[in-house]
Amino acid sequence: MTLPIFSASDDPGPSFAELLRRTGGATPVPEIDSKDRLEITHGTTVVAVRYVDGVVMAGDRRATSGNLISHRTMDKVYAADRHSGVAIAGAAGPAMDMVKLFQLQLEHYEKVEGSELSLEGKANQLSGMVRSNLPAAMQGLVVVPLFAGYDTRRKQGRLFQYDVTGGRYEETNFATTGSGSLHAGTVIKLGYRDTLNREETIDLAISALFNAADEDSATGGPDLVRGIYPTMATITDRGFEKVTEPEIAERFRLLVDRLSTTESTTTSGTAPTLRGGDVR
Amino acid sequence: MSMPFYVAPEQVMKDRADYARKGIARGRALIAVRYDEGILIVAENPSNTLRKVSEIYDRIAFAGVGRYSEFEQLRIAGVRHADLKGYSFSREDVDARGLANAYAQILNQVFTHEIKPLEVEILVAEVGSPDGGSTDQLFHILYDGTVMDEDHYSVLGGEADAITERIEATWRDGMNLGEGITVAVAALSGEERALSADDLEVAILSRTLERRAFRRIEGDELAALAPVAEEPAAPAAE
Repeated sequence: MTLPIFSASDDPGPSFAELLRRTGGATPVPEIDSKDRLEITHGTTVVAVRYVDGVVMAGDRRATSGNLISHRTMDKVYAADRHSGVAIAGAAGPAMDMVKLFQLQLEHYEKVEGSELSLEGKANQLSGMVRSNLPAAMQGLVVVPLFAGYDTRRKQGRLFQYDVTGGRYEETNFATTGSGSLHAGTVIKLGYRDTLNREETIDLAISALFNAADEDSATGGPDLVRGIYPTMATITDRGFEKVTEPEIAERFRLLVDRLSTTESTTTSGTAPTLRGGDVR
Repeated sequence: MSMPFYVAPEQVMKDRADYARKGIARGRALIAVRYDEGILIVAENPSNTLRKVSEIYDRIAFAGVGRYSEFEQLRIAGVRHADLKGYSFSREDVDARGLANAYAQILNQVFTHEIKPLEVEILVAEVGSPDGGSTDQLFHILYDGTVMDEDHYSVLGGEADAITERIEATWRDGMNLGEGITVAVAALSGEERALSADDLEVAILSRTLERRAFRRIEGDELAALAPVAEEPAAPAAE
């Protein structure tokens, strides 16, 4: 590889995506609708919840291709840099590539410019990436991420959600995306309080993912047999920190214990009659 | 079409080399030494914002002396080269040797084909992995593309010969960070001058850090580690 040197008028600046385009490494957009030809692997539900010290991000582990479970241990919550994280839902391949590019873009900017982007700037960068994925999204390769971080200038956690067109929406309390996001969002909405601490927020996120998995077949619940649990991370002034697996497992165990002793989940009365649904 | 005057190639090369050397000698020097946890780079640089030492990749640092705009351009090209390579292959495939060779090619090409050679000397340093899978490397690259692979320390810039002599006498294996800074600063300053923390730019590539091994040592941390100037720097010591 030769050294990429540009003339002053032709310089791509601190943008890695632009550099990639100049050097011919950008991913081509598919020309035909991929939905007609093949089953794309999809990642599903991720959530982000703000609390007093920052943000908790969590995601289930399931990846599906149509009705099949194609992967049981996919990680959907990634560190974007020291003080921010990104969680993905949608077509798994392009989503993982987007994360990789995004992480690289933040680091590339920091190295070229000698200073970090502001949190707002990072959120806008990701917005641009989602927007540039729009042609691929029209062909079935939809990627919808969540972005959250600790704003070291404002001293608080902030979170952003996106739409397919790159629209960027800053949320104050929580954000969800993916196929189970409706159910997960409702659970968080009902349980959210301004004063949540770290443990309570983790419990809330766990409960949200559990209920999403309960209602949405594409979202994976805790797999007690194989010991696979959702991945979680906290982002505070100390930076992006993964919540350890033993801690998540313990929290899930407590939730399951709680649920199995309450009446709400026990079926009472006569057996439920079949109401429509996808009975095959 | 008029015929240009004939100038012997030897003369052309010599003139260019003299020109580049003169430009480099005007700037202040820089030194890199190996210490127990990695590589320490100390530059004489009164500016807090225009950097001579910076991060290229996870385990690779760049340092340059001479004309700022020229080595800055090389630095950015290095970051781009490394990030592109890491993106298209894997992070592990980015190494100092490949980068040093790419730099050498560009410097050589400019030296032989352009009107003006680049008035820079650069250093590409790579710290070995904590598991001992790779070793520390220092590549010192001259204005004409000459690459030198150096073992324990590397001196770039103006009075390089005098500084090399001083570091040769004082460098030893297994120094800690504080000792390394003391030795490096003493070698840079010589006996007649005293350098304080304000005149220095210090950075390390440390095996003990996680993925990104590069870290600047500045502010209070540097003030605590840098040798205290015994007497206030003489005024107008230009």
